[in-house]
Amino acid sequence: MIEMLAHILVLAGLVISALLVFYFRDLMAAALASGFFSFLISLEFYILQAPDVAISQAGIGAGLTTAIFIIAIRGTQRYEEAGK
Amino acid sequence: MMRMSKIVRTCADLMYPFVVIFGWYVIMHGHLTPGGGFQGGAVVATGAALVIVAYSYQEITSMLKKAVLMVQESTGLLLFIGAGLGGMVLGFPFFFNWLANSGSLFGMSVPYGPNPGELNTAGFLPLMNIAVGIEVWGGLTLVILYLLSGLEKGEA
Repeated sequence: MIEMLAHILVLAGLVISALLVFYFRDLMAAALASGFFSFLISLEFYILQAPDVAISQAGIGAGLTTAIFIIAIRGTQRYEEAGK
Repeated sequence: MMRMSKIVRTCADLMYPFVVIFGWYVIMHGHLTPGGGFQGGAVVATGAALVIVAYSYQEITSMLKKAVLMVQESTGLLLFIGAGLGGMVLGFPFFFNWLANSGSLFGMSVPYGPNPGELNTAGFLPLMNIAVGIEVWGGLTLVILYLLSGLEKGEA
Protein backbone atom coordinates (compact mmCIF):
# COMPACT_ATOMS: atom_id res chain seq x y z
CA MET A 1 0.00 0.00 0.00
CA ILE A 2 2.70 2.46 1.04
CA GLU A 3 4.78 1.34 -1.95
CA MET A 4 1.84 2.07 -4.27
CA LEU A 5 1.54 5.53 -2.69
CA ALA A 6 5.26 6.19 -3.26
CA HIS A 7 4.89 5.12 -6.92
CA ILE A 8 1.93 7.45 -7.44
CA LEU A 9 3.69 10.40 -5.78
CA VAL A 10 6.91 9.92 -7.76
CA LEU A 11 5.12 9.44 -11.09
CA ALA A 12 2.94 12.52 -10.47
CA GLY A 13 6.11 14.48 -9.66
CA LEU A 14 7.69 13.22 -12.90
CA VAL A 15 4.75 14.52 -14.97
CA ILE A 16 4.72 17.86 -13.13
CA SER A 17 8.48 18.44 -13.47
CA ALA A 18 8.37 17.48 -17.17
CA LEU A 19 5.59 20.04 -17.71
CA LEU A 20 7.56 22.66 -15.77
CA VAL A 21 10.49 22.28 -18.20
CA PHE A 22 8.18 23.56 -20.97
CA TYR A 23 6.49 26.17 -18.77
CA PHE A 24 9.59 28.10 -17.61
CA ARG A 25 10.86 30.95 -19.80
CA ASP A 26 13.98 31.20 -17.61
CA LEU A 27 16.34 28.62 -19.14
CA MET A 28 18.28 28.11 -15.89
CA ALA A 29 15.04 27.16 -14.09
CA ALA A 30 14.15 24.83 -16.97
CA ALA A 31 17.55 23.11 -16.69
CA LEU A 32 17.07 22.67 -12.95
CA ALA A 33 13.55 21.24 -13.52
CA SER A 34 15.09 18.77 -15.96
CA GLY A 35 17.62 17.85 -13.27
CA PHE A 36 14.78 17.34 -10.79
CA PHE A 37 13.07 15.06 -13.36
CA SER A 38 16.26 12.95 -13.48
CA PHE A 39 16.40 12.86 -9.68
CA LEU A 40 12.79 11.60 -9.50
CA ILE A 41 13.53 8.95 -12.14
CA SER A 42 16.48 7.77 -10.04
CA LEU A 43 14.13 7.59 -7.02
CA GLU A 44 11.72 5.50 -9.11
CA PHE A 45 14.57 3.14 -10.07
CA TYR A 46 15.39 2.78 -6.37
CA ILE A 47 11.76 1.94 -5.53
CA LEU A 48 11.79 -0.65 -8.33
CA GLN A 49 14.84 -2.25 -6.60
CA ALA A 50 17.54 -1.33 -9.11
CA PRO A 51 19.92 0.62 -6.84
CA ASP A 52 22.95 0.62 -9.13
CA VAL A 53 20.91 2.02 -12.03
CA ALA A 54 19.63 4.64 -9.58
CA ILE A 55 23.20 5.66 -8.69
CA SER A 56 24.11 5.93 -12.40
CA GLN A 57 21.00 7.99 -13.13
CA ALA A 58 21.65 10.32 -10.18
CA GLY A 59 25.29 10.81 -11.23
CA ILE A 60 24.93 11.14 -15.00
CA GLY A 61 21.36 12.41 -15.38
CA ALA A 62 20.87 14.68 -12.41
CA GLY A 63 24.50 15.77 -12.01
CA LEU A 64 26.47 15.89 -15.23
CA THR A 65 23.62 16.59 -17.70
CA THR A 66 22.44 19.54 -15.61
CA ALA A 67 26.03 20.83 -15.43
CA ILE A 68 26.31 20.56 -19.23
CA PHE A 69 23.03 22.48 -19.67
CA ILE A 70 24.17 25.22 -17.26
CA ILE A 71 27.49 25.56 -19.09
CA ALA A 72 25.60 25.73 -22.42
CA ILE A 73 23.34 28.50 -21.03
CA ARG A 74 26.51 30.54 -20.32
CA GLY A 75 27.06 30.69 -24.10
CA THR A 76 23.60 32.10 -24.87
CA GLN A 77 20.95 34.30 -23.22
CA ARG A 78 19.38 33.27 -19.98
CA TYR A 79 15.78 34.19 -20.91
CA GLU A 80 13.84 32.77 -23.82
CA GLU A 81 12.23 35.48 -25.98
CA ALA A 82 8.44 35.44 -26.29
CA GLY A 83 6.82 34.49 -29.60
CA LYS A 84 9.76 32.54 -31.03
CA MET B 1 35.12 35.88 -16.40
CA MET B 2 31.56 34.70 -15.83
CA ARG B 3 30.98 32.91 -12.57
CA MET B 4 28.17 32.13 -10.14
CA SER B 5 27.24 34.11 -7.01
CA LYS B 6 29.06 33.78 -3.70
CA ILE B 7 26.26 31.58 -2.31
CA VAL B 8 26.68 29.02 -5.08
CA ARG B 9 30.48 29.06 -4.78
CA THR B 10 30.39 28.53 -1.01
CA CYS B 11 27.86 25.69 -1.34
CA ALA B 12 30.00 24.04 -4.01
CA ASP B 13 33.07 24.29 -1.76
CA LEU B 14 31.13 22.75 1.14
CA MET B 15 29.54 19.95 -0.92
CA TYR B 16 32.67 18.95 -2.88
CA PRO B 17 34.49 16.81 -0.21
CA PHE B 18 31.32 14.92 0.74
CA VAL B 19 30.43 14.12 -2.88
CA VAL B 20 33.99 12.93 -3.59
CA ILE B 21 34.12 10.78 -0.44
CA PHE B 22 30.73 9.21 -1.25
CA GLY B 23 31.93 8.47 -4.79
CA TRP B 24 35.06 6.77 -3.47
CA TYR B 25 32.91 4.81 -1.01
CA VAL B 26 30.83 3.50 -3.94
CA ILE B 27 34.03 2.60 -5.85
CA MET B 28 35.74 0.85 -2.92
CA HIS B 29 32.65 -1.17 -1.97
CA GLY B 30 31.89 -2.06 -5.59
CA HIS B 31 32.22 -5.79 -4.96
CA LEU B 32 29.95 -5.76 -1.90
CA THR B 33 27.18 -3.18 -2.43
CA PRO B 34 25.27 -1.86 -5.46
CA GLY B 35 27.39 0.34 -7.68
CA GLY B 36 30.97 -0.04 -8.75
CA GLY B 37 33.64 1.68 -10.78
CA PHE B 38 31.42 3.43 -13.30
CA GLN B 39 28.78 4.61 -10.84
CA GLY B 40 31.33 5.80 -8.29
CA GLY B 41 33.43 7.52 -10.95
CA ALA B 42 30.31 9.30 -12.21
CA VAL B 43 29.54 10.50 -8.68
CA VAL B 44 33.11 11.82 -8.23
CA ALA B 45 32.90 13.54 -11.63
CA THR B 46 29.63 15.15 -10.47
CA GLY B 47 31.57 16.72 -7.59
CA ALA B 48 34.15 18.07 -10.04
CA ALA B 49 31.35 19.34 -12.32
CA LEU B 50 29.83 21.19 -9.35
CA VAL B 51 33.05 23.16 -8.89
CA ILE B 52 33.47 23.70 -12.66
CA VAL B 53 29.95 25.15 -12.93
CA ALA B 54 30.38 27.42 -9.90
CA TYR B 55 33.70 29.09 -10.81
CA SER B 56 34.94 30.99 -13.85
CA TYR B 57 37.12 29.38 -16.51
CA GLN B 58 40.28 31.22 -15.40
CA GLU B 59 39.87 29.97 -11.83
CA ILE B 60 39.12 26.42 -13.01
CA THR B 61 42.27 26.17 -15.14
CA SER B 62 44.36 26.98 -12.08
CA MET B 63 42.67 24.11 -10.18
CA LEU B 64 42.35 21.41 -12.87
CA LYS B 65 44.83 20.75 -15.65
CA LYS B 66 43.65 19.04 -18.85
CA ALA B 67 46.95 17.17 -19.20
CA VAL B 68 46.60 15.72 -15.68
CA LEU B 69 43.05 14.51 -16.46
CA MET B 70 44.20 12.93 -19.72
CA VAL B 71 47.03 11.11 -17.90
CA GLN B 72 44.51 10.02 -15.26
CA GLU B 73 42.14 8.59 -17.89
CA SER B 74 44.96 6.69 -19.60
CA THR B 75 46.29 5.44 -16.24
CA GLY B 76 42.88 3.96 -15.40
CA LEU B 77 42.68 2.13 -18.73
CA LEU B 78 46.27 0.84 -18.40
CA LEU B 79 45.59 -0.35 -14.85
CA PHE B 80 42.46 -2.18 -16.07
CA ILE B 81 44.23 -4.01 -18.91
CA GLY B 82 47.27 -4.59 -16.67
CA ALA B 83 45.11 -6.36 -14.10
CA GLY B 84 43.69 -8.51 -16.90
CA LEU B 85 47.13 -9.32 -18.30
CA GLY B 86 48.56 -10.06 -14.83
CA GLY B 87 46.91 -13.47 -14.93
CA MET B 88 48.53 -14.28 -18.30
CA VAL B 89 51.98 -13.43 -16.87
CA LEU B 90 51.41 -16.01 -14.13
CA GLY B 91 50.27 -18.65 -16.63
CA PHE B 92 46.50 -18.31 -16.27
CA PRO B 93 43.95 -17.26 -18.94
CA PHE B 94 43.20 -13.60 -19.72
CA PHE B 95 41.15 -11.89 -16.95
CA PHE B 96 41.69 -14.82 -14.58
CA ASN B 97 41.10 -13.73 -10.98
CA TRP B 98 44.70 -14.33 -9.90
CA LEU B 99 44.45 -12.47 -6.56
CA ALA B 100 41.43 -14.29 -5.11
CA ASN B 101 42.15 -16.40 -1.98
CA SER B 102 45.87 -15.64 -2.31
CA GLY B 103 46.14 -14.13 1.18
CA SER B 104 47.73 -10.91 -0.12
CA LEU B 105 45.99 -7.71 -1.28
CA PHE B 106 42.18 -8.25 -1.40
CA GLY B 107 42.98 -11.97 -1.03
CA MET B 108 41.00 -13.09 2.02
CA SER B 109 38.59 -15.94 1.44
CA VAL B 110 34.90 -15.11 1.67
CA PRO B 111 33.38 -15.88 5.12
CA TYR B 112 30.77 -18.62 5.22
CA GLY B 113 27.11 -18.01 5.96
CA PRO B 114 25.17 -14.76 6.28
CA ASN B 115 27.63 -11.92 6.98
CA PRO B 116 27.83 -8.16 6.41
CA GLY B 117 30.56 -8.57 3.77
CA GLU B 118 34.33 -8.38 4.15
CA LEU B 119 36.10 -5.58 2.26
CA ASN B 120 39.37 -7.48 1.90
CA THR B 121 38.01 -10.15 -0.47
CA ALA B 122 37.20 -10.74 -4.16
CA GLY B 123 40.74 -10.69 -5.60
CA PHE B 124 41.31 -8.29 -8.46
CA LEU B 125 37.69 -7.09 -8.76
CA PRO B 126 38.34 -4.13 -6.40
CA LEU B 127 41.46 -3.28 -8.43
CA MET B 128 39.33 -3.21 -11.61
CA ASN B 129 36.69 -1.08 -9.88
CA ILE B 130 39.40 1.39 -8.81
CA ALA B 131 40.81 1.44 -12.37
CA VAL B 132 37.39 2.06 -13.94
CA GLY B 133 36.63 4.67 -11.27
CA ILE B 134 39.84 6.63 -12.02
CA GLU B 135 39.17 6.39 -15.76
CA VAL B 136 35.50 7.53 -15.60
CA TRP B 137 36.38 10.34 -13.17
CA GLY B 138 39.06 11.69 -15.51
CA GLY B 139 37.04 11.16 -18.69
CA LEU B 140 33.76 12.77 -17.61
CA THR B 141 35.55 15.73 -15.98
CA LEU B 142 37.53 16.20 -19.20
CA VAL B 143 34.30 16.27 -21.27
CA ILE B 144 32.86 19.12 -19.18
CA LEU B 145 36.17 21.00 -19.09
CA TYR B 146 36.48 20.84 -22.90
CA LEU B 147 32.88 22.06 -23.30
CA LEU B 148 33.67 25.08 -21.10
CA SER B 149 36.99 25.82 -22.84
CA GLY B 150 35.32 25.77 -26.28
CA LEU B 151 32.75 28.26 -24.99
CA GLU B 152 35.44 30.60 -23.60
CA LYS B 153 37.43 30.58 -26.83
CA GLY B 154 34.28 31.36 -28.82
CA GLU B 155 33.57 34.43 -26.69
CA ALA B 156 37.07 35.88 -26.88
